[in-house]
Amino acid sequence: MPPEILPIVERILSANDLLALENRKLLDEHDVLAVNVMASPGAGKTSLILHSIEALRWRLQTGVIEGDVAGRVDADKVAETGTPVVQINTGGGCHLDAPQVQSALKQLPLDKIDLLFIENVGNLICPTGFALGEHVNMMIANVPEGHDKPIKYPGMFAAVDAIILNKIDLMPYIDFDLEAFRTAVRALNATAPLFEVSCKTGEGIEAWAEWLLARKRG
Amino acid sequence: MLPFCGILATMHELAVTQSILEIVLRHAEAAGADRILSVNLVIGELTGFVDDSIQFYFDFLSKDTPAQDAQLIFERIPPRARCQECGTDYTPPNSRLWTCPECGALGGDVIAGREFSVASIEIE
Repeated sequence: MPPEILPIVERILSANDLLALENRKLLDEHDVLAVNVMASPGAGKTSLILHSIEALRWRLQTGVIEGDVAGRVDADKVAETGTPVVQINTGGGCHLDAPQVQSALKQLPLDKIDLLFIENVGNLICPTGFALGEHVNMMIANVPEGHDKPIKYPGMFAAVDAIILNKIDLMPYIDFDLEAFRTAVRALNATAPLFEVSCKTGEGIEAWAEWLLARKRG
Repeated sequence: MLPFCGILATMHELAVTQSILEIVLRHAEAAGADRILSVNLVIGELTGFVDDSIQFYFDFLSKDTPAQDAQLIFERIPPRARCQECGTDYTPPNSRLWTCPECGALGGDVIAGREFSVASIEIE
């Protein structure tokens, strides 16, 4: 056969995307709203999930998938609340992917769950490249991290449906320019609501929980 | 990508390269090709993928397949934004706020730069 150019035009990552679609279908069949929680390490992903579980208690049954490189400290904290939880250890992997989430979904009582938090690996870059089957993508920025994060990680801020700024109780102690942060966030993402919260004091959690509830009912 | 993500970034490229190889081998087999000479990839600059890293993994993963020794050719697509206020298309600056050069409005819809596909392969 002589050399020839064969046009293809196929999106890369299609295997992951295909499995993400399967996950989405499974979640929809069980009427579960899945939220992909992304942030840098230490931003307060688990704390926010715990506060959200508490704020939504009696209104929604939550479930959690915990993604970490190693260990199950986060899953243990969630399990103490009586919430169904599955831990995924990526063993060095910097993001969750659809196959990992698929095996976790099989271990959860989906019929009993209304809202599923999928806590991604702490990382502001790679998780946006891998669909999991989620309905909502959200990220948590935090005050000690600095107000310049939107400018340094535009891909993450632009890709999400909701943005949380956590640890606002630390504002008096840190040179965080809130107006600069808000402006940078708006520039990258005109539609995602910004919730300014503290998982220490509980400030702002209710507004976030109400937004989630509206998404669930919407 | 490497300076801030170290070895973890290369894990990302590994997963992506497996997907590229799978696509390439599937199409080559369907076309009855014996060998894949080159692979044309279209990669938007906003995806953050590193060319050298993908080629490195491709060379490793494609050993003993019809794609062994195939050359990867990267077409990089620079980012373009469209102003939400006045509709002007512009190239957003790197590491600075996206501001429309015409009307000064902040932000914009990404209209290019997120591409990530296998465009074609050269086979024999």
